[in-house]
Amino acid sequence: MTINLTGTDRVKRGMAEMQKGGVIMDVINAEQARIAEAAGAVAVMALERVPSDIRAAGGVARMADPRIMEEVMGAVTIPVMAKARIGHITEARILEAMGVDYIDESEVLTPADEEYHLRKSEFTVPFVCGCKDLGEAARRIGEGASMLRTKGEPGTGNIVEAVRHLRKVNAQVRKIVHMSEDELMTEAKILGAPYDVLLQIKHAGKLPVVNFAAGGVATPADAALMMELGADGVFVGSGIFKSENPEKFAKAIVEATTHFQDYKLLVEISKDLGIPMKGIEISRLSAGDRMQDRGW
Amino acid sequence: MVKIGVLALQGAIREHIHSIEACEAKAITVKSVEDLALVEGLILPGGESTAMRKLIDRFEMLEPLRQFALDGKPMFGTCAGLILLAKELVGYDYSHVGKLDAIVERNSYGRQVDSFEIDLNIEGVATDFPAVFIRAPQIVSVEENVEILATHGDRIVMVKQGHLLGCSFHPELTDDHRIMTYFIEMVKESLANEVHVK
Repeated sequence: MTINLTGTDRVKRGMAEMQKGGVIMDVINAEQARIAEAAGAVAVMALERVPSDIRAAGGVARMADPRIMEEVMGAVTIPVMAKARIGHITEARILEAMGVDYIDESEVLTPADEEYHLRKSEFTVPFVCGCKDLGEAARRIGEGASMLRTKGEPGTGNIVEAVRHLRKVNAQVRKIVHMSEDELMTEAKILGAPYDVLLQIKHAGKLPVVNFAAGGVATPADAALMMELGADGVFVGSGIFKSENPEKFAKAIVEATTHFQDYKLLVEISKDLGIPMKGIEISRLSAGDRMQDRGW
Repeated sequence: MVKIGVLALQGAIREHIHSIEACEAKAITVKSVEDLALVEGLILPGGESTAMRKLIDRFEMLEPLRQFALDGKPMFGTCAGLILLAKELVGYDYSHVGKLDAIVERNSYGRQVDSFEIDLNIEGVATDFPAVFIRAPQIVSVEENVEILATHGDRIVMVKQGHLLGCSFHPELTDDHRIMTYFIEMVKESLANEVHVK
């Protein structure tokens, strides 16, 4: 009998395929994780602080205390994800050693390396990374990311940047699919994208990994909008546990993500939820506070 | 053309649709009780079983799904779908659709770093089938009326009970349509029998 092959592209990307059409929620402890699971989350992201609190706290944001991930992994049966700083090989290895199911090499934390991302293909655990455009998406895939998400602008409760990033990536994918193969190398140069990843996209007619929306989802309508625009699923960071009624918001966002084109149902889903998280207008952010500009 | 539904609440829906169409059957996404009435066989896809169950309850699909199975219409569960079909789940005092006479354990291989792929021989269906196991469940035991189609080491990973088919792994993540072809044949057979009975 042949041996089990672990950590293959198919196994790592396949894990993300199973999350499609679902909602991944940020949680900071076991109690929140249980609320997320009960609401129908497909996974939770275990963190020390949600992005809006990271913004408020300032200073350096790092990988969370392993105790938090352990607590969350013990509390739920759905997959548990966690964040490592961009380029922080050791934080990522620690998370892998703990048995975390997916690592987010995330711009929400303060980058550890301002030049290089992790060589994610070397890990058995799969990675998700943020992207604003196809060049960035393709570079992350080239490094071994098994899942993408839009960066949006985390912790703002403002969907505008996530919309911009998803539209941009999808428009660029369409362009690649329809362009002549003769033109692909120059396009790779312009985008700063690995040629072979663009070639794969051209042949498959789509990205080779799933692409979720993230960074600003605060209401069921926001989640449904991202699905309408072609996201494979949704990450909700601060939007649930910074709302007035996390249980209701969590459930409503899950339902809206599945039934994103049933507008009459969305009316019912959106009713009487209470106050969503308070948002931030993007133009009020100083350049240094824009998390989406982290990543290279 | 035979009409195969895919329960489309969450998970690897697109892949099953693609596989059904590759086998020249009609694929229908099933998001509601109304959609369920349109199909002659149903696939419960891979995904997160807990999330799917919440949505099944919220949109009152549990009894219609059970009735679908009781009516003898073929159902095929992959990974999370197998969990939905099983009569008993290790560590839980409830089941979901619960019509497959088997005891199933969730996440029985460990966490994602333990997920793997391997070629399997599936009795009467395929040899060397590329099987992708992702945080996979295993079938701990089955009743006498359940046929074991595949094992991996000492674990049962694919079974058939009359019109119900279930596996621990994800055929939808490969371009190998042999299992889908087999399921579609089951659906055609059930339609032929139905006509015969009438």
